[in-house]
Formats: sequence, structure tokens, C-alpha cells
Amino acid sequence: MPSSEPDAPITSADVAKVASLARLRLDDAELERFTHQLADILGHAADLETLDLAGVEPMAHPIPLVNVLRPDVPGDLVDRDEALAQAPAAEDGQFRVPPVLGEAP
Amino acid sequence: MSATGPDARAIAAAVRAGERTAAEVLEEHLGRIAAREAELHAFNHLTEDAARAAAAAVDAAVAAGQDPGPLAGVPVALKDNLCTRGVPTTCSSRILEGWCPPYDATVVTRLAAAGAVAVGKTNLDEFAMGSSTENSAFGPTRNPHDTTRVPGGSSGGSAAAVAAGFAPLSLGSDTGGSIRQPAALCGVVGVKPTYGLVSRYGLVAFGSSLDQIGPFATTVADAALVCEVIGGHDPADSTSLPEAFPELTPHLADGVDGLRVGVIAEMMGEGISPDVAARVRSAAEALASAGAVVEEVSVPAVTHGLSAYYLVAPAEASSNLARYDGVRYGNRVDAPTAGEMMEATRTAGFGDEVKRRIMLGTYALSAGYYDAFYGKALKVRTLIREDFDRAYASHDVLLSPTSPTTAFPLGAKVDDPLTMYLNDVCTIPTNLAGHPAMSVPYGTGDDGLPVGVQVLAPARGEVAMFRTAAVLEGSLR
Repeated sequence: MPSSEPDAPITSADVAKVASLARLRLDDAELERFTHQLADILGHAADLETLDLAGVEPMAHPIPLVNVLRPDVPGDLVDRDEALAQAPAAEDGQFRVPPVLGEAP
Repeated sequence: MSATGPDARAIAAAVRAGERTAAEVLEEHLGRIAAREAELHAFNHLTEDAARAAAAAVDAAVAAGQDPGPLAGVPVALKDNLCTRGVPTTCSSRILEGWCPPYDATVVTRLAAAGAVAVGKTNLDEFAMGSSTENSAFGPTRNPHDTTRVPGGSSGGSAAAVAAGFAPLSLGSDTGGSIRQPAALCGVVGVKPTYGLVSRYGLVAFGSSLDQIGPFATTVADAALVCEVIGGHDPADSTSLPEAFPELTPHLADGVDGLRVGVIAEMMGEGISPDVAARVRSAAEALASAGAVVEEVSVPAVTHGLSAYYLVAPAEASSNLARYDGVRYGNRVDAPTAGEMMEATRTAGFGDEVKRRIMLGTYALSAGYYDAFYGKALKVRTLIREDFDRAYASHDVLLSPTSPTTAFPLGAKVDDPLTMYLNDVCTIPTNLAGHPAMSVPYGTGDDGLPVGVQVLAPARGEVAMFRTAAVLEGSLR
């Protein structure tokens, strides 16, 4: 059972933490199943440990990313009412959400 | 491909010449859909009425002496992660069920401008995460060659639609093999173009540095035509390359005389079904007979592609999918506070595979693990590109299996994510490098099911890739 080993690639406490960060709620059975599956996947990735990566530059993207600019002229934009019509809740031309203030961070 | 009817080029030629109407062509395809769709479930949503209107417009243009374009009257199916204005776009996820985008993807606009007729939105693994289309919230798609087997994924609906003759063309997206692997398993042509050559505007993002849109078709020439229609610069995509898609059609008959072809040694042994490897060797022999210089080549770092990919792609996905929070689009599960609403919405709206990848990506990016996982994977990505560069210094194209096996039974791998991921071992390195690759049907395995051979090329190497594919296709006639 990889999740109980001290050198496991990921523990159930780790999974509970990332689920909370990603705004996902897991029940106990899900937590155990996902912990095993994620440990399997991360265990497979242990082959990367064997590589000598000293001096290798990371590659985040296949092509050089540069800012793309255009003249500041209004174009053909998405219609506001059409976009808001697809929202779960809208009011006065804005998205409506439940209270945000007063929550724990 | 008699089971699938005439190819797209033949249809467009007949419609442009006034020999057939787009309306007739459309009804013929809708008839095939009516006969087999209940069994295959290739589509999430059919757009018959809009298709009939589009076909009528094509016929009206022909009648008025105008040219509707190179895809005049050709039915086309669209993967349901491509935005279509006013038409449901679900990504096969509960969280987007019923959502109608307020704009069209650039590829959708370009297909319509070329005279193509969109018939519907095809099923996929939820948010394009999977290799069997079993991760769809709306049920799996079945392989038209054997309905007890998967069509591959994630673009399984688009591959099955073309293989079943529902449309001669479809579009998919390919983040780690999601066009090429289902093309192989369904016995059709599937192309993942060079990163940046086809606009991603309106493609629902999964892994933004890996995603690319491309076609499924029954012939290499049809696939080339679609690339020419949908490709080229788009100001709406900041990662779109500032150039046209290379002209392919004029080169399809150029042959491979003198072309240098390398068979990737690391993709011919362990983990590859022997009957699949045998088809790749036959393909290599066919190319040699046609004058190509064929040899084995080593690309050592590709053996680490899977590990790097399953850190990079989930990391990007965890960021991209943060936008599904019940605020701006899609479904919401109500709760007293915004935070509780977001958690309830995401918990109910995402399926297991999507949750797995979001958590994996969040973990790989989190403080204390970033260097060990995501940072390391990005360096391995560099090694993979460098090893490809070395191979391409002395080869024009490379060859490998597309998928390690033929189509597997539904349910066989769905409970074991890692085993499912191994389906993509031959296709993933291409996405990490940003290169093009395509799958060409090349006979069948011992079980009688289709085998695909993968042709890989360096960035912007599409001409040599399509020349090779055309020779392979011709060698089977």
C-alpha cells in the first residue's frame, strides 16, 4: 500500500490537501482510491530520477513566446448579453455569485 | 473505403461541377447516421437543421454560378470541444452540459467558409482526457469495426464518425495522441499538425503548450486538403505562427525517392504488440521499395516521454480547468457562499479522470514539489526535443507504430489509469516537442482490426510527412 510508506510519492494527506486547493471534495473511499492511483502514476515517473539534467534548460513551450500586440482599435467582440445568457446567474449586466466575503481563505 | 462512400475531394468536385447537390450528399450521410448512431454513439449533438440550411446555401451558390469553396457540400463532424456559436459544446462533461458558446472556433469558421457542412458535435473523453472515449459523461463511443471495442480517444467520436461513413471528414484535437491513436484504432487517417500552424482559438483548452487541432479523413489527400483549409495564421491565437500552412496537395504525388526515413528503435520492442510492429516493418519495406533510404534510428529520450507528459499535461490542465467554477458558464450547484458553491459545482461537474489530472497537476506545481516534478519534466521535454533534432539531422521523417495495440475491449483498462496512459507512449513525444505526426491505416493485426503506422516529422515538416503517407496509402492498393 504505497500511501502508507514513508517514502511514498504521495500520501492521502497530500491528496486531501491538493483536492482542497483545487476546490474538489473527496469522500473517504475516493481519497483512498485516488491516493493509490496518483501514487502509481508518480511512481512510474520515478524513471526521471535516473536522468542527468544538470545544465538542461526547461522547455515550457514549443515556440518562443512573445507578447503579441495589435492596434488599440475596437474589433468584433463577443456580445455581452449573449455571453451573460450562458451564465448560471446574472443581474444588471454582471455575473451573480453567492456571498464572497466572510469566508475562511 | 467503399463502406464509407466517396471521399471529400470527390464530393466537393461533384458539387462544384453541379453533378450532385449538397442537399443530396447531406441526406445520404444523415441516412447512414440514422442507421448506426444508436449503436455507435459517435455524436453528443446532431445539427441536422443547420446542416440542411448550410447545404441549401451551397447549392444556391452553385446555381448562381459562384464557387462555394474547396469543401463544397462536404459533411464534417466536429469534436465537442470546438466552440460553435449557439450550438451546445460540452467537452463531454456535466459541468458544461447545455452551454452554447457565444462564438465559433476559427477552424469552424474556416471550414464553413470553404463550403463544408457541419453535421454535429462528436463524443470525446471528458475535456479530451483519455484514450478510449470511455471517460465521456454521456457514455462511450463504440468502434465501428467491432462494437465491443473502444474507438480510442480522446477524439473517439470523430474517428468513429469517419470510419462509419457518417461524414467523410471530422476534426479532433491532439494533446498527447488524441487524434492519431483513435485514427489508428478506427482505421482512418489522422493528423496532428506542427504546434502553431492551426489556430487554437475556440478550442477548449486542456494543455495549452501541447494542444493542436487536426483532421480525420479516409484518404491522405482529404486530410491534406483540410489542413490547407483550417491552417495558417490567426490573429486571435497569440501562439499562432505568422505563416501559411505549407502547401501539401501539389506534393502528394512526389513520392519518396531519396527521402531518408528512420524507424524509431525505442518504439519497436517492449510494450509493442508484435503484429503491430510487423505492420510498421512492412510499411518501412514499402517505403524502401519506393526509393526511400530506410534505417533504424535511436531517439533515446522518448522512453521518458510518458513520465514527462503526465506531469506537464496535468499541470497545464489544472490551471486551464480552474475556470470551471460555476460563475461564468456551465452548470452551478448552489451553496451559501461562493467558495462552497465552487467546490460543490466542481465536485459534481467533473468526472474521475478529470479530477485525477487536476489533482496530479496541482501537486506537481505545488510548493516543495515543483522542482521535483514539473520543473524536471520541462527539462526532460528539452532532452526529447534535442534527441528528435539529432534524428532529424540525418532523416526527413521517422516511422513508428501509432498505438502499441489494436482496439481493446470496452472496460478493459478503465479502472487502471496508468495502463490506459501507456496507449499514448508512441504519440506523446511529438506533442512535447511541438512537432507534426500523422497516423496512416496500414492493414490489420492478428485480430483483424486496423493498425495505424505513425509518420513523424520535424516542425513544419508536413510536406515530407504527407509525401510519405501518400506512398504508404498507395502501397496498399
